[in-house]
Amino acid sequence: MLDDLAIRLRQNIGLVTAVLLFCIFYLLYNLAHPRGFSSAVLVQNSDEIFALAMLAMAQTVPVLASGLDLSVGAVMTMVGCLASYLLTGTPLPLELLGLHLGTFPGGITGILIGMLICVGIGAFAGFVNGCVVVYGRIQPIIATLATGAVYIGIALFLRPTPGGKIDEDLNWALTNSLGDFASTVHIFDDGAASWFAPFAWIPVPFVLLALIALLVWVPFRRSVLGRSVYAVGSAEGAAYMSGLPIDRAKIAAFTLAGFFAGCGGLFLAIQTSSGNADIPQAGAYTLNSIASVVIGGTSLLGGTGSAIGSIFGAMILRVISFFFRIFDIAPLLQPLFEGLILLAAVSIGALRVLRVKNTLELFR
Amino acid sequence: MTTATLRLSRADRPILFAGLFIFIILVAGTAYTFARFGSAPLLSPTYLLQQLQIGAFLGIVAAGMMIVILIAQIDLSVPWTLAAAAMMATSIGGPLAIPVGLGVGLLVGIINGIGVAYLRVPSMIFTLGVNAVMRGLMVAHTGGYAPQTAATDLMRTLASERTLGIPNALFVWAAVSVLVAGMLQRTPLGRHIYAIGNKEAAAYLAGVDTRRVTVICFGLCGLAAALAGVLLAGYSTKAYQGMGDAYLLPSIAAVVIGGTNILGGRGRYLGTLIGVVLIVLLNSVLSIMDMPEAGRQVIYGLVIILMLLVYGRGDRVTS
Amino acid sequence: MQDARLAQSGFLTLTGISKRYAGVRALEDVDFACERGKIHAVLGENGAGKSTLIKIIAGVVQPDAGTMNLAGNHVSFPTPSAANAAGVVCIFQELSLMPDLSVADNISIASPPRRFGLIDARAQRRRAEHLLADIGCEDVNPLMRVGDLPLSRRQVVEIAKALGKKPQLLILDEATSALTSADVEKVYAMLARLKSEGVAILYISHRMHEVEALADRASVFRNGRHIQTFDKGARSTAEIVQLMIGRDIAAQYPAKPARQVGKPALMLENLSWEKRLDRISLAVGAGEIVGLGGLDGQGQKSLLLALFGVLRGTSGRIMVEGRETHLGSPAAAKSAGIALVPEDRKTEGLMLPMSISDNLAIASLDAISTGPFVDRAKESAAIERGIARLQIKIGTPDDAVSTLSGGNQQKVVLAKWLMTEPRIILLNDPTRGIDVGTKQELYRLMRELADQGAAILFYSTDYDELIGCCDRVVIMYDGRIVRELEGDELTETNIIASSLNVHAATSADSTAGAAHA
Repeated sequence: MLDDLAIRLRQNIGLVTAVLLFCIFYLLYNLAHPRGFSSAVLVQNSDEIFALAMLAMAQTVPVLASGLDLSVGAVMTMVGCLASYLLTGTPLPLELLGLHLGTFPGGITGILIGMLICVGIGAFAGFVNGCVVVYGRIQPIIATLATGAVYIGIALFLRPTPGGKIDEDLNWALTNSLGDFASTVHIFDDGAASWFAPFAWIPVPFVLLALIALLVWVPFRRSVLGRSVYAVGSAEGAAYMSGLPIDRAKIAAFTLAGFFAGCGGLFLAIQTSSGNADIPQAGAYTLNSIASVVIGGTSLLGGTGSAIGSIFGAMILRVISFFFRIFDIAPLLQPLFEGLILLAAVSIGALRVLRVKNTLELFR
Repeated sequence: MTTATLRLSRADRPILFAGLFIFIILVAGTAYTFARFGSAPLLSPTYLLQQLQIGAFLGIVAAGMMIVILIAQIDLSVPWTLAAAAMMATSIGGPLAIPVGLGVGLLVGIINGIGVAYLRVPSMIFTLGVNAVMRGLMVAHTGGYAPQTAATDLMRTLASERTLGIPNALFVWAAVSVLVAGMLQRTPLGRHIYAIGNKEAAAYLAGVDTRRVTVICFGLCGLAAALAGVLLAGYSTKAYQGMGDAYLLPSIAAVVIGGTNILGGRGRYLGTLIGVVLIVLLNSVLSIMDMPEAGRQVIYGLVIILMLLVYGRGDRVTS
Repeated sequence: MQDARLAQSGFLTLTGISKRYAGVRALEDVDFACERGKIHAVLGENGAGKSTLIKIIAGVVQPDAGTMNLAGNHVSFPTPSAANAAGVVCIFQELSLMPDLSVADNISIASPPRRFGLIDARAQRRRAEHLLADIGCEDVNPLMRVGDLPLSRRQVVEIAKALGKKPQLLILDEATSALTSADVEKVYAMLARLKSEGVAILYISHRMHEVEALADRASVFRNGRHIQTFDKGARSTAEIVQLMIGRDIAAQYPAKPARQVGKPALMLENLSWEKRLDRISLAVGAGEIVGLGGLDGQGQKSLLLALFGVLRGTSGRIMVEGRETHLGSPAAAKSAGIALVPEDRKTEGLMLPMSISDNLAIASLDAISTGPFVDRAKESAAIERGIARLQIKIGTPDDAVSTLSGGNQQKVVLAKWLMTEPRIILLNDPTRGIDVGTKQELYRLMRELADQGAAILFYSTDYDELIGCCDRVVIMYDGRIVRELEGDELTETNIIASSLNVHAATSADSTAGAAHA
């Protein structure tokens, strides 16, 4: 039994390290914060973490298949801009080329349908990525570079300048604690039910993150298709010989990435109550998603790692920037420190290199 | 290598297609301008020279990027290396401006090379970190604003002035091109680069010092980015925040459109040259058409995919 | 009655199968049949068409012409999984395992046990334990990552995976090459059991003693054609080899000259590395071919890598031509006049997509340069010389080296090194996967190079080669040299005995060489 535990630990050392690092950092942060360990701080933190965590999950899946998705930031932005139209809570007349096509509903129905459409569009964008990579036989890095430009273009088309609005109740409900969510949506006695009290402080973004991870990622990972993604990233030729559905696995990986990126974009729009086609921000999110994946213990070569690790990687990155706020480090020095820490974090893997005795292994 | 034959080899196809596409762009653009303005600015030498002058900056960055892509790596630190070189050059000023700027680029490149070759950190992630550090250094150094000091006269001359009617920047780009193409085609270093890009283990076992070559390649890429930064500062007469951001993805796109395999080991410099011209002309045609940014991005992405579908496709994995 | 008839008709029959790859006829109008409950060996040298035949049966490639029948029904397998579905399972030479996944995952990779639509990890693990126990290899822990296992264990996992697919026809393509002798016995037992259950078995192996022991019937292929099929014992080894290469194999090895004791070109004193090399002391003289023998994995390959500067942290002294040398990298070894023909030519010896001339020139660019530039004239001349000297069969020097046959590819590797004019040549199993014709050329070349003054250290897994080519053979066991054999002592018996670290009772059991027990 202990033997097996040791084996599992060794195989998941990246994930375990990321979790431990995050716990240590977050503990230190709360200790140093004047209002640490309070629900307010927790809520604020989780609001700022959610989008990057979703993008980190998005980036993980293609990386596992030994690919890369440089369009995750663009998909996020595109879906966010779309959301700023569909989630206003008021009916939206649909016109195309001067023809009145109908009205997109307002109210709760509109919001729910709008959210579904947004997430669906994200998944569809991912599906297109997958098809270009698989059927076009174009390398993922350059294929997603190109599709990312297309998605950003669509985002700019939707919102040439930042605008739109999000239903206020929706914004309030999803960016605060469970108690606030309950009172806005009028369930559980408006949040006052006694059995509910111990849970009322939990931030909603955290719950959403946990739900998405548990209901989407975990079942996918345990499915044959999910395992095929790992197999393709580990040894594509062997996966073919073993009769695994390689093409479907790759397309599924990119589609799931688009889905997660769409979730991130949806939340970002709700949180900022607007749609903003910010190209530098999209680029920054994409690059940070790659960093989160690496810090979270997933190998850029594919075949090993987990989206859960990437979530912790994203959280570590965000918590580091939180530190700057409380330690009152000169704002001018913040980017430098962030850069140095990122560089140090990704160079940790270099320690392994020093122990290698057969130099041929470095090239495999 | 034997003398060139007229066979349409795999290496020539991208160059031919990219050239063809440039031709198509010129024709379509001229048709548009003729219909709309009754003139053909795209075909005027002055206009073309001016566009190529702006393209020189991208061309120099792409030359450096190509070297790194050939050894199956990538350099994401180009944006802030470019900016840092420009900012340091303008800060220092005087006769040392350009050498200092280039020195910054070379130093950053060597650091990248050490991280990738000796620490074996994947280049994508290491250069990403270095980019963040360079940004941090420059923000701290300049206080977050554009540096007040201006570019030196030499920088301005090189970037904006003309000799014999041709912009100096083009001469610089041409010189860089000759050096890079010559290095890749004619020198042992060039052979080593292609060998490493194809199979680093085999090159290593053939006695190639793969680590040193990797450091050299990243050094050259940093140097190229710095040169572009110094020239850009000369052209704009000053350095400014984020001046390098617009050069990263287009330089990668130009290299790939020109037929260089993103996985390394294959590609000719002529292709990169044509790729840069294609992107620059595409940009200018879209400008003339007053295409909003949204449309530009979409067209940019579609063009890349189209070109790659024609000649960038990989092989089906069967074993 | 019914059973007897079934047993006699072919379970798998191929009729008129042909396959061609880019102008090369891999298989030409092949008729073939094998039966249930019998082990059927497929013999032939490399390039004879064996692996193409196997790939067609296993669904990896499609034939250009011909038909396949399984148990009387016409079949065609567009993918490996289609073949699996029909009960045809192949254990490939290049394993089909994913190194980052666990043993249990790999064994049940394509159709795992499921619960609520998701993979049932516990049932999968039990299945893996069960299958591994069937082969008798319970020591493999199903949770282990396949990439962390040594090659012999990975081969066991591959076999268990194949067993789990409940084969009706099992194909083994060099499936035992890396197994320990204990494991090989277990595999034989497993095959015997499958035989009794009526499974048809196709067996490819280059080890004649294995084939003699196992096969009930054997088929010989040559140049893409099916030459003959015969029962166990109907042909002698010599006759079989004759069928395989189609010509007389006399005088396979070049003559060895009388030994002149020259100065040692290479001398090792107490060379050690990690736990793989243990105080190796060895001298190789100019003009000598010294063989490295012993079982797989006793440190022979590590020794060659150490001598080429690939290993870090070696201790002991290495002296090249009398001068102590520190070999810190392959580049340093090259400067010292050492050359290495590596183990895997496809990933270590050649850049496959590059041209033949680029591959040939890569190690000697300094010699063909004038100033900072590569001199095209010098390069072409050197390349022509290299191609001519080894008689490499190519189209043009600009062709990609991937278009060459295995034997010619190995010649390119060797030619590349000969262009550096090395004084010490290290050969890491250079004839593996090479056809007999090219092998003979290589043996002659080795002797020629030795006669010209090179010192050659030659590792081979083939005893015949060691005996035929080498002036001296040192046997390694557990990272040490346990025996040196030369002259009359250089016999197969002695090699085998020393490999197992057993003292054989032979007449000339001299004190030459260290024999630590």
